[in-house]
Amino acid sequence: MASLNITNVEKSFGHTHILKGINMDIQDGEFIILVGPSGCGKSTLMNCIAGLEDVTGGQICIEDHDITGVLPKDRDIAMVFQSYALYPNMNVRKNISFALEIRKLPKAEIEREVERVAKLLQIEHLLDRKPGQLSGGQRQRVAMGRALARHPKIYLFDEPLSNLDAKLRVEMRTEIKKLHQRLGTTIVYVTHDQIEAMTLADRIAVMKDGHIQQFGTPQEVYDNPANRFVAGFMGSPSMNFIDTELVNHEGQVCVKLLVMDQLHYLPTPSSERGLLERVGQKVVLGIRPEQITHVIPHYASNPSTFIVKAKIDVIEPTGPDTLVLVKMNEQEVNCRVEPHEAGKPGETMSLMINMSKTVFFDPITGERL
Amino acid sequence: MSESKTADLTSVAMTPRRNSRMGDTLAYWMPKLVLSPTLIIVLVFFYGFILWTGYLSFTNSRMLPSYDFVGWANYVRLFNNERWFVSLRNLAVYSVLFIVICLAIGLSLAILLDQKIRAEGALRTIYLYPMALSFIVTGTVWKWMLNPQVGIEQFVRSLGWETFRFDWLVDPNFSIYTIVVAAVWQSSGFVMALFLAGLRGVDDSIIKAAQIDGASRFMIYTRIIIPSLRPVFFSAFVMLAHIAIKSFDLALALTGGGPGVSSDLPAIFMYQMSFTRNQMGLGAASAMIMLLTVVAILVPYLYSELRTKKHEH
Repeated sequence: MASLNITNVEKSFGHTHILKGINMDIQDGEFIILVGPSGCGKSTLMNCIAGLEDVTGGQICIEDHDITGVLPKDRDIAMVFQSYALYPNMNVRKNISFALEIRKLPKAEIEREVERVAKLLQIEHLLDRKPGQLSGGQRQRVAMGRALARHPKIYLFDEPLSNLDAKLRVEMRTEIKKLHQRLGTTIVYVTHDQIEAMTLADRIAVMKDGHIQQFGTPQEVYDNPANRFVAGFMGSPSMNFIDTELVNHEGQVCVKLLVMDQLHYLPTPSSERGLLERVGQKVVLGIRPEQITHVIPHYASNPSTFIVKAKIDVIEPTGPDTLVLVKMNEQEVNCRVEPHEAGKPGETMSLMINMSKTVFFDPITGERL
Repeated sequence: MSESKTADLTSVAMTPRRNSRMGDTLAYWMPKLVLSPTLIIVLVFFYGFILWTGYLSFTNSRMLPSYDFVGWANYVRLFNNERWFVSLRNLAVYSVLFIVICLAIGLSLAILLDQKIRAEGALRTIYLYPMALSFIVTGTVWKWMLNPQVGIEQFVRSLGWETFRFDWLVDPNFSIYTIVVAAVWQSSGFVMALFLAGLRGVDDSIIKAAQIDGASRFMIYTRIIIPSLRPVFFSAFVMLAHIAIKSFDLALALTGGGPGVSSDLPAIFMYQMSFTRNQMGLGAASAMIMLLTVVAILVPYLYSELRTKKHEH
């Protein structure tokens, strides 16, 4: 357990710059998730923390010790790999104890440690099997056991769940979260799955093109995205982006919304400052699907909600809710409604738009206004 | 007009159907037709001749095949023959050394080549190149090189070491080792290629995991990578073993079995008995013993290969 400080870390292969100045301060015991699309540099950053790749610039410190040039084995970290990377010729017991044997711990202590880890992960009955005889989920547990056995300062998880099937992935996700709550270890976890990021993280770092786009708690990142990329990346189904225009309507800053040939003026939330000087300019309205619902009478009187009538193009039932695709400003918009409230394609239905959590982006730069 | 249209439609519909029926028949017979000449050739010239050799080994054939049955007499003569035992002992020495040294050199070269070095492709080709030569060429070249009058010994002496001796080729106690040297030179590149392929198949993240676990480079190889190459060891062993047992051309070109019979191998014994010393029955018996030896190695190999394949699916 330890804090991890990453200062201005850069990494390039020849003229290809993968990491362009990464800064992160990670507290002791924090669960940090690096998330981003393929090729954003998240795995490279992970390898740099592990010492598997040398950084081309910047500094990495664990507990205020500079470990930038230190060999992986002397950094006191453990890593869980996407492919599990179990040693195929050793049985589970050997896999877990390998690192301990290298560190020349006494035999009795190694045995005790293997027992403890096996019990913790409920893999006691698998100790004498070879990795080839295990299922994906069991291999995953063994890989985690191997990391846990050493009591390292920092745990690195490199997309550990992406090779599991959907059901097992959710189970293991919960297990990892429980484990973290119980052990209180510092974890850096790479994933491209934004649901994993939301559910597990204390803080999320959203990465793109070698930059950290936003570094904050899951709720911050979800409610207050720093830019259009973060807004679109987090959340499923993703946020609706509607090209529109800011106008001054009856003394309020409003956005124009054309739904079924009917022009609506929807006032922007007062929390969104700085919109006044943009009146008359084009902006992108960002609104999450759950903010456009069927009419809930209880909320309908709320000053930030507005009701529009829209024609349904497509419906996608997901079980708990149904996604309804409609057109606003000639653009497709996803709405999340109660299954029994959803109409059929071609019908019109009343939708309630909640403007209180909407966000606005510059149409060219994609930056938050 | 509508009638002609219907007729058109039916003819359009009929044509592909008739074609496809013919196509079906063709598709059914084509593979059998194409494969049958090969099958017949294999049956006659492989299995037919094996059976014929087996039969001849029980007859009193001398220069030409005869069909007078003599029972196990040829096998009894074979195992009372001093020269056959020399050739068996030579085969044991040769194949053990050949296989062990080839595996060792092949593995070392593969590991060294696997260190992300520059010009790896060129080096790989250089090491593999001896494979492109036939054993006859290898044998002839090494015969010149090992010849005390013209080869390495003469060369080193001309450099000034007047007493330098390297005359294994003409020393009955060492002549078998010259065959080992030439065969290793020829085959270790191939073994290297096998191991290199195996090394490339090792998951990169396993090595990373071992690094983080604190294993040194040496340990990563000895504890994790080399043990995981077990199937490659096995394949290489089987390949080398049957090359060793069948060795004939190399030995004939390099030493001709000499000096005397000191570097005789079973294959040379078989050839000389059958075709130059008019002992075809005895030659056939030795050929059968060699066949059984190869089978004894190949069958467990094939069995284990096929079994693991079935297991994986």
